[in-house]
Amino acid sequence: MKLDSKIPEGPLSEKWTNYKAAQKLVNPANKRKLDIIVVGTGLAGASAAASLGALGFHVDIFCIQDSPRRAHSIAAQGGINAAKNYQNDGDSVERLFKDTIKGGDYRAREANVYRLAEVSGNIIDQCVAQGVPFARDYSGLLDNRSFGGAQVSRTFYARGQTGQQLLLGAYGALSREIARGTVTLHERTEMMDLVVVDGRARGIIVRNLVTGELERYAAHAVVLCSGGYGNIYYLSTNAMNSNGSAAWVCHRRGAAFANPCYVQIHPTCIPVHGDYQSKLTLMSESLRNDGRIWVPKKKEDAEAIRRGEKGPLDIAEEDRDYYLERRYPAFGNLVPRDVASRAAKERCDAGYGVGSTGLAVYLDFADAIRRLSKNVVEQKYGNLFQMYQKITDHDPYEVPMMIYPAIHYTMGGLWVDYELQTTIPGLFAAGEANFSDHGANRLGASALMQGLADGYFVLPYTLQNYLADQIYVGKIKAEGPEFDEAEQAVRKRIADLMAIGGGHTVDHYHKALGRIMWEYCGMARSKESLATAKQKVGELEAEFYKDVYIPGAAVEMNPELEKAYRLADYFELARLIIADATQREESCGGHFRVEHQTEDGETQRDDQNFMFVAAWEYQGHDQPEVLHKEELNYEHIQIVKRNYK
Amino acid sequence: MKFTLHIWRQENARAKGRFETYKIDNISDECSFLEMLDQLNEHLVADKIAHPVCFDNDCREGICGMCGLYINGRPHGNDDGVTTCQLHMRHFHDGDEIWIEPWRAKAFPVIKDLVVDRTAFDKIIQAGGYISATTGGVPDANNILVPKHKADQAMDAAACIGCGACVAACKNASAMLFVGAKVSHLALLPQGKPEAQDRVRKMVCKMDELGFGACTNTYACEAECPKQIKRQNIARLNRQWIGQALGRDRN
Repeated sequence: MKLDSKIPEGPLSEKWTNYKAAQKLVNPANKRKLDIIVVGTGLAGASAAASLGALGFHVDIFCIQDSPRRAHSIAAQGGINAAKNYQNDGDSVERLFKDTIKGGDYRAREANVYRLAEVSGNIIDQCVAQGVPFARDYSGLLDNRSFGGAQVSRTFYARGQTGQQLLLGAYGALSREIARGTVTLHERTEMMDLVVVDGRARGIIVRNLVTGELERYAAHAVVLCSGGYGNIYYLSTNAMNSNGSAAWVCHRRGAAFANPCYVQIHPTCIPVHGDYQSKLTLMSESLRNDGRIWVPKKKEDAEAIRRGEKGPLDIAEEDRDYYLERRYPAFGNLVPRDVASRAAKERCDAGYGVGSTGLAVYLDFADAIRRLSKNVVEQKYGNLFQMYQKITDHDPYEVPMMIYPAIHYTMGGLWVDYELQTTIPGLFAAGEANFSDHGANRLGASALMQGLADGYFVLPYTLQNYLADQIYVGKIKAEGPEFDEAEQAVRKRIADLMAIGGGHTVDHYHKALGRIMWEYCGMARSKESLATAKQKVGELEAEFYKDVYIPGAAVEMNPELEKAYRLADYFELARLIIADATQREESCGGHFRVEHQTEDGETQRDDQNFMFVAAWEYQGHDQPEVLHKEELNYEHIQIVKRNYK
Repeated sequence: MKFTLHIWRQENARAKGRFETYKIDNISDECSFLEMLDQLNEHLVADKIAHPVCFDNDCREGICGMCGLYINGRPHGNDDGVTTCQLHMRHFHDGDEIWIEPWRAKAFPVIKDLVVDRTAFDKIIQAGGYISATTGGVPDANNILVPKHKADQAMDAAACIGCGACVAACKNASAMLFVGAKVSHLALLPQGKPEAQDRVRKMVCKMDELGFGACTNTYACEAECPKQIKRQNIARLNRQWIGQALGRDRN
């Protein structure tokens, strides 16, 4: 396997312009003869399909939910970054680029990130034109707020529902193309395998989730926008149906998988409360604009709180430890997510945690309410406060919120080049499904930016460059030995799983896998913990294949079968995450190896030996994967220690 | 806490459905309604009693609009301003009997158990519930000012999650609140004005065609909407409808 990132020549700020000037195009009459498959209807998938359909290509788009509007992008709360500099506070493309590279701990590709920053402004223009009701000030101009890892206010937002509004904008654009006939929608349909013919991605095998029947679709190119794999941890902020399988089957068919160990743990989630819990709810990072994070200064206070003898309001101001403001005076409560998460874990591990479990810290709005009034705080965060109250039955206007870190986003994903093409020609990956722009840690409000940048402004160009010579191959039909083989393979996998007929449910195994991953390959990892994880995952996987029980039939609506199929892939992926975390003998961004930290507990990178993208090649179910390295060359940016103090 | 659950079971769209009764025990009052159903399903599967109950759900934080159960005669149950996934068991009493049904509306046929087909909503949006802004070639985001109160009202309407509770709550199975919310959201913004008349005509015609009933102004939709979308949006829809009718006559 050869990794060619295909970064265009020229100075960084001219690369994208040069690329577009030199790329191949498809003339309008030929566009309608070319078919494209898009998997997923989140921000990346919906925006890509809408834009490609508008250009005149024919697109088949697939989603597992009953409607494209339900993709998990909808749950993003806080906002979307763009280098508009509307606030006149010193923002620029260059600044957004630098913040993103630094936020990613110098593990992202310069050229991709620069392009992301470059098109960020266009995204806001596009969304406003679609009717996205972004927050505005009294003059009618767009408002901004600040997010972690930035010293400017460049985040555009629609209350606490920015993801929803952006997705509904893209869904509207997609709906328009569906009505025009350029896009065909397949809802409640799950991708089960990728079909590769003569080395090129030519189609997919899907399962109709209503009937359980397998179906085939063929196209000149396949675009994967299926999101991340955070649900491997069972408890995460992801939706219940979010899964890594569509990306994983591509990996199994030959697409390299990059940086799987880069997993983002979000600092502000509602803490775990019971075994039956199905997911964790995020409280937007935007809350850190006005909320102050603290734990008691004295251990005895923390202990009294855990016993229920004291409440947060009983702790005097001088007995509170605002540990982020103490440790990071320059960025305070707005340090990046990985830093804030580790700091919370450090305090809780040291015995200062609150809540009945001791695995929580306070996020306090009392100062903000005094400074701004309750009314203003309600206008800014009303729906988040309501959400918190509905879940916990506590009123955050009166008592501080309790929060704890949780799995949120996966920076790793399918390896892609500058064109967002994977190592399989004709297979592209966008949004969270690829690895490209966030390095080892993603900054807040950058996921929405990347998904829409890829879909609206990158893929419509780079896909054309690939498709230009595909006009000569004619219509691709969903037949031939490769389609037969792929469909048979899926049929066999399903039959094998159904045949096990053991004694435990799928969720039993998923919860166990999640606990292993969180405990031994979560916020802090060591050589020993990873070895333990490897052993335990192996044992659990063997047990799963002997003892899982799936009721019902393969050819009917069967959610247990869906979960089992996805979990089977998670076992392989878990092994790869552990292998990747083991080989990366350094700490960077979301990957924290306890062996590699500074005296004051900060991450310690090893640029000498690890400034590369780890791209893994699948070798078969029981074989260790092969590591390929893409060296990262920083020509433009000056590499420094990541310091938020 | 323990409960007696009466749940609508139906094999598929063509099969005849029925209520089945299940008992469940050891439920924490901190747990959500769907987590209670998870535990029921875990029990049904692990003890090989029955096939698990199918119900739609995804984000479990009240924003995707996927979940929606008719619980003791109310869409999304007995708490205000929440989806089913945000309803917690502390709103019930120990020992309660709970009746759980799918949305009942001609335009939302049952697929299996508690799962219904809501693609009719997508078809209404496809009929015109968007602004035709092709990617690229749009003006700078700050070129057109939008008064704050208009943007706020548009956001209030745009908060709709498309769950279908409004239709399920309505004795006529009317979709006026859903359509009104989208029409209002876009008509309130200057960007949505050029297509406003066309949009309302196409969306309302599609709504009628798909078998949703008429609005008789009882506002059960508003009372049950998990996002508390206001009935003023129905008034705006009617105003837009009349506007397009008069406008078209003049042309």
